[in-house]
Amino acid sequence: MKIYIRSSACVSAQNTLAAGNFLDDIVEYTGTRLPVIQPDYKKYIDPKLIRRMSRVIKMGVAAAKECLDQAGIDMPGAIITGTAFGCMEDTVTFLTRIIEYQEELLPPTAFIQSTHNTVAAQIALMLKCHNYNSTFVHKGMSFESALFDAVMLLKEEETDNVLVGGTEEMVDTSFIVLTRLGLYKRSPISNLQLFDEESKGTIGGEGAAFGLLSVNASANNMAELVAVKTLYKPKDVTVSIADFLNANGLAIADIDLVLTGKNGDIKNDDVYKSLKDTLFKDTTTANYKHLCGEYPTSSSFALWLAANMIKRQSIPDVLLQGEQKVQSPKTILYYNHYQGKYHSLMLLSAI
Amino acid sequence: MGTHSTVYIAGLGVISAIGNNVAEHLDAFKNERAGMAGITLIDTIHKGKLPVAEVKLTNEELVAKSGFTEHNSRTALLSLVAAREAISDANIPGIDNLRVGFVSANTVGGMDKSEDFFVKFLADNSKGKLRDVYDHECGSMTEIVADQLGITDFMTTISTACSSSANAIFYGARLIKSDIVDVVVAGGVDSLTKFTLNGFNTLMILDEAFCKPFDDNRKGLNLGEGAGYVVLVSEKVAATLSKPAYCKLSGCNNSNDAYHQTASSPDGTGSYMAMQGALKKSGLQPADISYINLHGTGTPNNDSAEGTAVKRVFDPHYPPMSSTKSFTGHTLGASGGIEAVFSALAIRHQIIYPNLRFTTRMHELPFEPEAHLLTDKPVKHVMSNSFGFGGNCTSLIFSEA
Repeated sequence: MKIYIRSSACVSAQNTLAAGNFLDDIVEYTGTRLPVIQPDYKKYIDPKLIRRMSRVIKMGVAAAKECLDQAGIDMPGAIITGTAFGCMEDTVTFLTRIIEYQEELLPPTAFIQSTHNTVAAQIALMLKCHNYNSTFVHKGMSFESALFDAVMLLKEEETDNVLVGGTEEMVDTSFIVLTRLGLYKRSPISNLQLFDEESKGTIGGEGAAFGLLSVNASANNMAELVAVKTLYKPKDVTVSIADFLNANGLAIADIDLVLTGKNGDIKNDDVYKSLKDTLFKDTTTANYKHLCGEYPTSSSFALWLAANMIKRQSIPDVLLQGEQKVQSPKTILYYNHYQGKYHSLMLLSAI
Repeated sequence: MGTHSTVYIAGLGVISAIGNNVAEHLDAFKNERAGMAGITLIDTIHKGKLPVAEVKLTNEELVAKSGFTEHNSRTALLSLVAAREAISDANIPGIDNLRVGFVSANTVGGMDKSEDFFVKFLADNSKGKLRDVYDHECGSMTEIVADQLGITDFMTTISTACSSSANAIFYGARLIKSDIVDVVVAGGVDSLTKFTLNGFNTLMILDEAFCKPFDDNRKGLNLGEGAGYVVLVSEKVAATLSKPAYCKLSGCNNSNDAYHQTASSPDGTGSYMAMQGALKKSGLQPADISYINLHGTGTPNNDSAEGTAVKRVFDPHYPPMSSTKSFTGHTLGASGGIEAVFSALAIRHQIIYPNLRFTTRMHELPFEPEAHLLTDKPVKHVMSNSFGFGGNCTSLIFSEA
């Protein structure tokens, strides 16, 4: 059974949500945190609801609706989301009030919207969609888990299409805490120069990206999602990647482009560097985290990006960092790892 | 459920306010001993006012019991105790050569530690011990426990509010049917936190007395905590077991109520669809169900919606039913896992649990839950309901192996 990406939509630190736009006007940021560009939510959400929604809910719902619009599907067969941190804004708000108000006279809204399944639930609510609905919350593998579930549902023939997405919001509290934990660079940097200096730390990000997976062949499909795989603490990544390709009847020579999760942190990028010297030696590699920042579900941005590159048969220069250009990418391998523990692979090909 | 192979339940593990293992739970049921009491573990203004169902072990005692050497969230401690019991109970021959997965669910991860951190952090952003917030994420709880169990082949975490661990079991079964793994430890955990206690309190759905699920005079739920896991195995693994499997997982369905972020629709659309879907997938008729382990939180809204949905599915032949939350309180993300353990035990021991404190039938329903332990009815097929915020509704059906 072939599984296609019918449509994909993304809210990110770049102008990505509008259907026609594909990284035409790259936005530069200086700092260590890339906020999403807030779209005009009124186009997607009842204005009465917008006011009460946190950023992650708004961007999740907007990306989901844009994705469905582009697919021409009103009622998806399933809604599956992935998020590592969930609804941080509401979580922090409620935690703060518990402390500041000493547990008295707390308003319920922040608590109600703090549950990790809020985005998937709000999408279902807006669509009146009673179908399968789930949310995966497994750190840097949250989106991949959701995607894996979507593929499994389609293979089970439970439905012929699934809306699947990854969402993450970066609020001040998480940014401060994650900075203290040493995730980000110590001094401001231009996101467009993220890969130029070799130093510790990356830049934080956030975003929401959805894809509509379908088993139905159509000229409108963007790409085929050939396979997705997750690995926990693999012994030898090179072997795991080669095995993955082999299991799909491919060798590295068949891959036109490898999209990697390089994030500018010297330690994090070690594995990409060593792969570039070995398995990926003769293959063009591209990067994306300088555009959207590092966050646990950034693979959803990568899926949007890879599907678009195949659909449009072009690779934006901003991804290449001097790598050799590829004229018409037919097969893209995505490889990412999150903090060294969680490794994920996605394989996309032209329809 | 997609493919046709059967998934069996080979092991059980549970910890809740009524016991620290399976045997203690059976004893509590037989003696109709509920787990609610005053708050002792959390420093809160609700102490002495709201009853909760705490696991009767301190964090220090849980550390000693679980063998953890490091500083961990109570959530991870509870999870490890129950997951380990389940694996040890399953006693799968040659497990080291099988593909093993861990699918765990929870709703607030390491929130108990994050709350401590946040008090100091709020006063000064450079303060608060980072180790208290390092494992805030829900996924960290699963990872920490998987590392202790030595499970690396597959792991993930599901969070769909109060249906979380029912979905973890559903997902685990699908992993086996899809031949991704041979064995899955599936279920969930949640520990009591100030966050959830205050959250449910703002919704005004906590009963100041012990909860009375499916009673006309019910006032709300009591929060509980705990963990429950089942060990799911493929047909092939089941054939190698040294003792018979408890039962099989014969049907599961996940539907969304799509009505309101927290309230259930008056006609229980989501719960109705979850139950109907699970019946369809199991190939069973409503009359085949021997016992329903209700979601039965004790809130006016849930029990009314669920009761209406049960009526729509089962009328006029109602099987015995009860809410074991009258013993354990509502353990949120753990409830589906804990109640899956109870469902499997109901089949193994041919028992139907009492719905404690029941006195008055709900005025809108033509049926009522069992008030006392039943030991004289055959229990062949058990339906377990788990419904949550966000309209997430999941029903599981367990059947005699």
